[in-house]
Amino acid sequence: MAKITFITGDNETITVEGTSGSVMELAVRHGIKGIDGDCGGVCSCATCHVHVLPQFLEITGEASEIEKDMLELDDNADGYSRLGCQIQISDALDGVVLRVAK
Amino acid sequence: MLTKEQVCLVIGASHAGVNVGFALRKEGWSGRIVLFDADPNLPYHRPPLSKTFLSSESGIAQFLLKPAESYKKEQIELRLNTRVSRINKEEQNILLDDGSIISYDKLVIATGARPFIPPIEGLKNAQNAFPLRTAQDVFNIRISLQNSPNKKVVIIGGGYIGLEIAASLKKLGSQVTILEREERILARVTAPEMSAFFDDLHRRHGIQIHTQKHVTLIIQSNGLNVVQCGDGSQFEAEVLIIGAGIRLNTEPAESAGLNIENGIRVDEVARTSDKNIFAIGDITYHFNPHYGRYIRLESVQNAVDQAKVAAAGICGKQPVYDAIPWFWSDQYDVKLQIVGLSDGYDQLLIRNEEDTDKFSVWYFKDNQLLAVDAVNNAKAYVLGTKLIKEKRPLNLENLLDSSVPLKMETLLLG
Repeated sequence: MAKITFITGDNETITVEGTSGSVMELAVRHGIKGIDGDCGGVCSCATCHVHVLPQFLEITGEASEIEKDMLELDDNADGYSRLGCQIQISDALDGVVLRVAK
Repeated sequence: MLTKEQVCLVIGASHAGVNVGFALRKEGWSGRIVLFDADPNLPYHRPPLSKTFLSSESGIAQFLLKPAESYKKEQIELRLNTRVSRINKEEQNILLDDGSIISYDKLVIATGARPFIPPIEGLKNAQNAFPLRTAQDVFNIRISLQNSPNKKVVIIGGGYIGLEIAASLKKLGSQVTILEREERILARVTAPEMSAFFDDLHRRHGIQIHTQKHVTLIIQSNGLNVVQCGDGSQFEAEVLIIGAGIRLNTEPAESAGLNIENGIRVDEVARTSDKNIFAIGDITYHFNPHYGRYIRLESVQNAVDQAKVAAAGICGKQPVYDAIPWFWSDQYDVKLQIVGLSDGYDQLLIRNEEDTDKFSVWYFKDNQLLAVDAVNNAKAYVLGTKLIKEKRPLNLENLLDSSVPLKMETLLLG
């Protein structure tokens, strides 16, 4: 079980719990604004972009090569950017805070 | 003026219909929103049906577009397992198949398409024969396969759906044969070079591919389907899958007398020939400003983007639908990403990346980039997306030189 906090574009802070699946799926399940997941989680649309708060990057890890390439579609991508569909939920993610990119 | 008393009905609750429902709330529609769909399941992602969903054992719950609570929260009513039989645009109401009539202020048609079932003699009596468009189709295919001792599958049609199904069923241990009517697979949708790549990919995975096979008859023999072709060849199938394209669900629009060409013709706000009726998704014949022509697309991108435009239009804004189409397909460990429309290209360049399985196909017309097919190469896909929008000539020497990195700076001329 991991508690994950999302900060949305209108500065709403929402903490939700997940046990499995991806961060994108968790966000969609809880209707987190700005996480669309249009492609269903196969790293094809880049509509689940989040910025990991710097202190948690070690836990989530950096974006993979394909993720980094896809993130180039968004001018706001930076070194803390991840696609939610590529972050798998595990106990290790407990306490992580993510800022929704749009 | 938007008021709480207004009603927006949406016929079809798949990618386009569901997205327009939620987008309407975002745009400030405060009245009722009701989505109708014949499918009894909560709306789900369709692309995984032929991919991960088919090869998994999971239920559809994992692939829902939105959880049930989201519809409640946004007060979007779902009328599933419900068919709309006609639209009366003068009275502004729709007739459901149970005979009830519901009035609307605005109506959105997002009825999409259904599988085309070719008129093959004996197909009606074939056993375990299915198209693949719905979750139920997948359940049917999975169960039939479990009950087939030799897992012999014949797929009629070598398009993207047929190929994705082949890859997924191979994963489940099936013996798969693809019968394609044209002289190459993917003949209607991509260049010969891409067809050759996928042909080779599937053969290497043990799929039998037969082209120029016109299926004429299906008979039953010893509990098996025997698929017969015009050239006399025949193929045994315990499970038969029809991947022969689609037919648009235009019937409701026809009943309203809307302007229909290759789909329902809509303007830049996704409005039909009736001012209170909008249409979105696979069903629309719409103008693409970038390519300067009317097109019809079967894609998630078009469904989602047109839904946003229509919602804004319904709420009184004047957006213009102007998107570069994109698509994807996953087969085995190959990820194909397509951006743009390659129709009418007069030049095709292939860039292979050094020491990898990555490559990309670049389509041009009159020196302008039309489209990119990127294989295991998200970088090329993203760059293609940006360069198509630029509409500027490219440095083709750099493009073809894999020692030159794929970047805007290296590919843009001047």
